[in-house]
Amino acid sequence: MLNMKKYEAPTSLREAWTIYSTSPSNVILGGCSFLRLGKKNIGTGIDLCNLELDYIKEHNNYIEIGAMTRLRTLETDPILQGVFDGILGASVSSIVGVSFRNTATIGGSVYGKYGFSDLVTALLALNAEIELYKGGVIALRTYLNAPPMWDILVSVRIPTGKTQGKIDAKPNKHPDKSHYTAFRHSAGDFPVLTLAISNQDEEICIAVGARPMRATCALKAMQYLNEIIQKNEVISAHEIEKAAQIASDELVFGSNMRGRAEYRKHLCRVLVERGLSEVLV
Amino acid sequence: MIIKTVINGKTRTLEFEPGESLVSVLRRNGHTEVRSGCDTGSCGLCTVWINGKPTLSCATLAARAENAEITTIKGIGPEGESLAKHLVAEGADQCGFCSPGFIMTVIALRAEIKNPTEDQIKHYLAGNLCRCTGYAGQTRAIMNWLKETSHEIHR
Repeated sequence: MLNMKKYEAPTSLREAWTIYSTSPSNVILGGCSFLRLGKKNIGTGIDLCNLELDYIKEHNNYIEIGAMTRLRTLETDPILQGVFDGILGASVSSIVGVSFRNTATIGGSVYGKYGFSDLVTALLALNAEIELYKGGVIALRTYLNAPPMWDILVSVRIPTGKTQGKIDAKPNKHPDKSHYTAFRHSAGDFPVLTLAISNQDEEICIAVGARPMRATCALKAMQYLNEIIQKNEVISAHEIEKAAQIASDELVFGSNMRGRAEYRKHLCRVLVERGLSEVLV
Repeated sequence: MIIKTVINGKTRTLEFEPGESLVSVLRRNGHTEVRSGCDTGSCGLCTVWINGKPTLSCATLAARAENAEITTIKGIGPEGESLAKHLVAEGADQCGFCSPGFIMTVIALRAEIKNPTEDQIKHYLAGNLCRCTGYAGQTRAIMNWLKETSHEIHR
């Protein structure tokens, strides 16, 4: 049970914002799966269920996912199954069970910037952007590194790549491919480490989450690989090994009940090497 | 708060506090067939269908049930009984506390995935915990039940 004085389900974003901005104790409700485990005293809980934000739309160069879309929909939606090698669906498929994923929303997962989030890691590797009611469209990477924003998350946008769907596009030496993996001690548990890698239009992005801090990109490892690609060279197994070591060295890891920082650092190197091998070779 | 909702085909009016979960409101209104287990969204015991989708009623605000169709284990009819018989036959129904949520999820699985493999079954049911068994009996029971009722979904 949530400690919540009032429940409102506005019919427009403007109305939602008006209610939200009246008190710092007011909260936008996502799936409430995690929110209910805390002890927050909520003034008014604002439910976006009447705003028709449960959708997945395919645009010319990006896919738009409404904030109230359930995690289970990310697994079953035919549009998402056909892009990014299905990593969005794969990233959420081990989160508790189907009944849970029919409750949790993408908006709640992203807005909360949860360190344990499988989904945020996958979205980060896919260079996702988020649409905020007041703040407009910003990169997810920017949002994750920014101080807490008081805003309403409306949708998540994922670019589909410049060459996708173009028949006459010049074939890349490293075709577009994405990879997701999460290391868990047991099924349904929070992950010890999450990893997502994308190669879109010969640009590699490596995102590591559950460090246990929130997901971040391995920028030095990405730069190392992308410079090789820019020279029009094929990445070798040795270079993959070196990139994995760079990623493991540059990222900061912490300890919690699921694993020590040193353990995560070691895991990171192994998982990045395996992931890159799948994406690039 | 007061809302109208449909539970097992009957229109009901429910009254509750704004932050209450659906499971507590359902149980207070006589639907004790919906079990309350971990109350953290981890065990699957409280699974009901909301508009046909298996959903954790402990992780769902009761307010979100407004104008929705809720189905509990009492509302699924003979389908649940036939699955329960297979669970008993395989010795998979021991204390029985997890059975309502488990059965709701298995029937939803059959509606969603045609001819599921054993791996698909295990993955779909990963959020339904049973502390008595090792799941082997339940898996056998589901496979037998799907085999027996396959003509019903392919007609």
